[in-house]
Amino acid sequence: MTHDDPCAHCEEMMQPYLDHILSDEEMREAEMHLDECEWCRRRYTFEESLRVYVRQAVSREPMPAELKQKLAALRIPLN
Amino acid sequence: MAEAPSDATRLASEARDRVRFEEEALGLSDQVYRVARHLANSREEADDLVQETYARAFRSWRSYTPGTNLRAWLLRILTNLNIDRGRRNQRAPQMQPLEANDYYLYDKLAETDGPTDEDRVVERLSQDDIVTALSEVPHDFRDVIVLVDIGDFSYQDAAQILGIPIGTVMSRLHRGRRILKRELADSVSEEGS
Repeated sequence: MTHDDPCAHCEEMMQPYLDHILSDEEMREAEMHLDECEWCRRRYTFEESLRVYVRQAVSREPMPAELKQKLAALRIPLN
Repeated sequence: MAEAPSDATRLASEARDRVRFEEEALGLSDQVYRVARHLANSREEADDLVQETYARAFRSWRSYTPGTNLRAWLLRILTNLNIDRGRRNQRAPQMQPLEANDYYLYDKLAETDGPTDEDRVVERLSQDDIVTALSEVPHDFRDVIVLVDIGDFSYQDAAQILGIPIGTVMSRLHRGRRILKRELADSVSEEGS
């Protein structure tokens, strides 16, 4: 695989593509390339799963119950 | 006898509004903590930051406009407090972070053993690797990743919370994700060596 223009360009478009901020024309361009290029398609699929995996990894640590109690105690008492 | 509401009525109504505000804010504490945990450098720092945020929010509840995005309002307080702390604690300028191309991490992982389906290649990374790698991303970039990719804020909300232009949010997010991938690729190399 050489980093010829189409794949290098596709790499540049990956983040905006997954963020849905490409123009309609750029979107079509990316999809046309992905339809015929397995090499890029694999990398796009990986990026999508990475985002989900990162979110799972950082969300698994629950808030300590003790901290919850401390926050409730910060409420300003009613007079 | 139709007079202006008495002081007692007004105070009672204000107390009800305040209680409602506090309950709503406390209901969001898990989400606020999740963001704090990854903006701050340690669990202890995150705990302090969340407590400071809520103490400030409860004191200044009148400046919140009911019906607007309370989560964004709380996180704006939190990120400002965190930025102030960062300025206080920063002893040396941060190193210029190393970025990699977007495909770099995939290519690196493809060289290792493990699941081969592209949507499972990611499982070659441990979740601890991810938490550690994220903590290595410099603050300016990490703040944006945490708000957008973990906190689910729009670019617009993240821009407002951090007080930076939307274009800066986008460029930091894109660079930040590349820095994160670079850090993850480094963790793969370290484990493989």
